Amino acid sequence: MNRLGNIYYLSVLFGALWGAIWAIIITLLALFISGLSFQPQVTAGAIAGLVAAAVLAFHPPAKRSLGLRALAGFAFLLVIVLASGAQPMGLPLGRYSAGQLIFTVLMAAITVQSIHLTCSNLGPGHEKRYNVEVLCLRFIKGFGLVTFTIAVALPFFVMVMMSLKNQQLLLSNPLDFSIDFGQGVSALFRSYIELFTQYHFGTYLINSALVSVATVAITLFFAVPGAYAVARLRFPGQNFLSRSILLIYMVPMIVLVIPLYAIFSQLGMRNTLWGLLFVYPATTIPVALYMLQGYFRGIPAELEEAGLMDGLTRLNVIRKITLPLALPALASVALYVFMIAWNEFLFAFMFLDNVDLFTLSRGIADLNSSEVPRQHLMAGAVIATVPVLALFLWFERFLVAGLTAGSVKG
Amino acid sequence: MPTPDTSNQGPPKGLGPLAKREMRFAYLLLLPTFLIVLSVVLFPLIANVWISFKPVTLGDLRAPAILVNERLMGDLAAVGDEADIRYRARNSSRKSAIADVLFTDTIPQSLTVISVNERCVAGGQKLTCDLGDYEAGQREDIIVRVAATQAFLDAPENIKVTKPVFTFAPENILTNGDFTLDNFRRVFNASDFWSVLWASMYYTIAGTVGALVMGLFAAQLMNITFGGRAFLRGLFLSPYVAPVIAVALAWVLLLDPGPGGTLNALLIQLGVIDGPISFLGQRAVEISFLGLSFDFPVALTVVIIFEIWRYFPLAMLFILARMQSVSTDIYEAAEIDGATPLQQFRFISLPQLMGIMAVLFLLRFIWTFNKFDDIFLLTGGAAGTRTLTVNVYEQAFAVSNLGAGAAVAVVVFLVLLCFSIIFFKFSPEVDA
Repeated sequence: MNRLGNIYYLSVLFGALWGAIWAIIITLLALFISGLSFQPQVTAGAIAGLVAAAVLAFHPPAKRSLGLRALAGFAFLLVIVLASGAQPMGLPLGRYSAGQLIFTVLMAAITVQSIHLTCSNLGPGHEKRYNVEVLCLRFIKGFGLVTFTIAVALPFFVMVMMSLKNQQLLLSNPLDFSIDFGQGVSALFRSYIELFTQYHFGTYLINSALVSVATVAITLFFAVPGAYAVARLRFPGQNFLSRSILLIYMVPMIVLVIPLYAIFSQLGMRNTLWGLLFVYPATTIPVALYMLQGYFRGIPAELEEAGLMDGLTRLNVIRKITLPLALPALASVALYVFMIAWNEFLFAFMFLDNVDLFTLSRGIADLNSSEVPRQHLMAGAVIATVPVLALFLWFERFLVAGLTAGSVKG
Repeated sequence: MPTPDTSNQGPPKGLGPLAKREMRFAYLLLLPTFLIVLSVVLFPLIANVWISFKPVTLGDLRAPAILVNERLMGDLAAVGDEADIRYRARNSSRKSAIADVLFTDTIPQSLTVISVNERCVAGGQKLTCDLGDYEAGQREDIIVRVAATQAFLDAPENIKVTKPVFTFAPENILTNGDFTLDNFRRVFNASDFWSVLWASMYYTIAGTVGALVMGLFAAQLMNITFGGRAFLRGLFLSPYVAPVIAVALAWVLLLDPGPGGTLNALLIQLGVIDGPISFLGQRAVEISFLGLSFDFPVALTVVIIFEIWRYFPLAMLFILARMQSVSTDIYEAAEIDGATPLQQFRFISLPQLMGIMAVLFLLRFIWTFNKFDDIFLLTGGAAGTRTLTVNVYEQAFAVSNLGAGAAVAVVVFLVLLCFSIIFFKFSPEVDA
C-alpha cells in the first residue's frame, strides 16, 4: 500500500495554506484588538501548518484523536515560533506577552481544526478521484466561508468600531480598534448621544418609522385586493396583468425622479412626507401584488367557494378566509416593503429640504460633510442599520419563504 | 322543413351576467393600484419625455413672480407737503414673461393722492393699476404722488403696512409651447457620452455576472450543514438588507486614501502596497501584461465590487431555495453510480439551477443598469464611474439643466427597452 499518495500530499499542501491563512487572520485580529503593529508571519505560518498537517494526515482518520490533534497543535506552535525567530506575530514575545500567547495558541488550535475538518475521513489508502475532489472541494469551501465572512463583516465591523472611537484616534492609528471600556458608558457612546441631542436623530428616526409603517399599510391596503383579483377572479387581461405587473418594477427610479421633482415642486408637495407616501407605495405595490398573488393561488379555492355558498360576500371572503390563511405571506410582504421604504435614499434625498422632515437616509446624507467627524457619520449609519437588520434577522425565515415562493417554481 | 338555425347552438359566447359582475368586481379591486401606478410611474414616464424636449432648468421650477419694493420718497413735514410713493416692480424670472399684471394697493387714509401713473386708477384710497405684460427681467417704477394731511403728521403711518397685491398669469415653463432638440444634441454631442455608455455597460455586465457567480458560490457554501450556519446566513444577507447609505459610507471610510483609511493602512501594514491607493478617486492604472499595457479602471472596478458585495445575497437566497427544492434522490443515485462531487455539480445541480439563474440574470441585469444610489454615494460619478443613471442626476441637478437630465433619462429608458426586447426574443421560456 502506498502510504503517501495524492491525498497525503494534498493534505500537507492545504495544511500549509491553512497555516498561512490563519496566521494572517489571527494576527490581524490581534492587531485590531490590541492596536500594536503586529506583522503576519505568513511563511512561518505556512511551514507550521505544513508540519501540523504532515503529522495529522500521516495517521488514518480513525486514529486522529484529540491527543493527536493536540500533538499537531504543539508541532505548529513549535515550528511557527522557530521559523519566525521567536516572533510569531512579528513582534518580540516580550511585548503584550499574555495576548501573544493566547492568540498564537488560538492560531494553532484553529489551524489544526481546519486541517482536521478538511481531511476528516480521508487518509492514506483513499486515493480515488472521488476523494481527491472531496478533499479539494472541502478546502475551497472552507476558504470560501472564511473569505465571505470577512468580506461581508469587515465593513460592518469598521462601521461599529469607528462609531465608538474619536476622530484623533482614528486618524493617528486607523488599525487600532481597541475599545477603552474604562471611560464609562456615556463616553463610549458619545457619538450616539450627540446625534440624538444635537443632530435631530430622534426626529429622523420617528420620520423614518412613520414613513415606513405608513408605506407598508398603504401598500397592503391596495395590493391585497389587487392580488386577490389577479389570482382568483376571471376577467379579460388577467393573464397579461399577472405577467406584466413586475415590469413596473423594471422602470428605473432615476427616470421618474425628474418629472416627479418638477411636478411635486409646482404642486408644493415636494418638501413633505406626504410626497414620499405617494411615491413609495407606487414602487412597492407592484412587487407586493406579485408576491401576494403567487401565494393566493396556492390557497385552495374550495375554502373560498364554501364561504361564498354560505352567503359571504366576496369582500368578506377575502377578509375572513383568504387573509387569515395568507398571514405568513402578508408578514413577509410587509417586512419586505418596510425594508424598501426604510432604506430608500433617492427620493428622500431629492425631495426633503427641511430638517424636521428628514428620514434617516436623508439625515445621514446631510452628515456626510467634512465638518462632521467620522464617528458621528458611522454612528448614524449604525442607527439606520440596526432596526432594519434586527427586524430582518428576527423574521428571516418568513421573509425568505415569502420572497422565493412567488417566483421559484418546481 | 326549415333547417334549424345552428348559429345559436354550442356553448354560449361572450361573458354571461355573472362573469360580467366578476369582471367589474375585479376591475374595481384593481382600480386603486392602477391609478397609483398610472400617476406615479406611467404619467411621469411620459412627462419625462415631454421635459426632455423643453428648455427647462432647475431655476425655472420656481414660478416667476413680480417682486415689488415700496418706498416713500421725500419729506412730509408740513400739511400739504408732497412726496412720491415709489413702487419698484420687477419680473423675478429672467427667462419667461408674465402676462396681465394687475396691481392693487391701499394708500393710508391720512395721505391724499394727487396724481398717479397713467395706467393706474385711484378710487379714494384704493389704487389699481393695469400694468399689462411684463417681459422677462423687466423692471419699472410706478410713482404715486401724495400730499400729507394733518392726520399724517399727528400719527405718521408706515405706507408699507398695506402690502401691494399683484395678480398675474405666470407663464408655466413646463406647459408652454416651447420645444427644443438642444437637450438631445447636448447629450449626444457631449465628449464623454460614449465613455459614460461604456462605463454603464461594463458596470452592468460585470456587476450582474459577479453577483450571480458569487451568489452561486455562497449558495454552495450555505448548502452544507455546520454549526452556526443560520448565523452565517443572516450575516451574508445583511449587505442586502442594510440601508445603502450606511454601507456605502462605511465603504467610503474603509477605502479612504487619507490618514484613517482602514484598508490602505491594512495593506501597508501587510506590505502589499507601498503608499495609499485612492480606490474611489483613481480613474485608471496602467498594467503591463505579456508586453501589452492596458489601462485598468480602478474606481469603476471598486464600484462593481461594491455592487457584487451588496447583491450576491439576493442571488444566494434564490439559488439556495432552488437547490433545496431539488430532491435528494437524484444525488443518491448519482452517488451510487460513482459520480464525483464535481460531476454531480456539473451534471445535476447546474442544469437544475439554469432556470433560476437565467431569471436572476435578467432581473439583476436590468436592476444593475438602473442602479443610481450606490455609485452616487461612493464616488458621485467621479473618476470614470459616471454611468448613464448618474449622468441623469449630474445633468439635471448638478448642472441644473432639467431638460438635459430628462434627455439622458430617455436614453436610459430606450437602452432598457432594447435589453428587454433582446431578452424576451432570445429567452422565450423565461417568464420573470
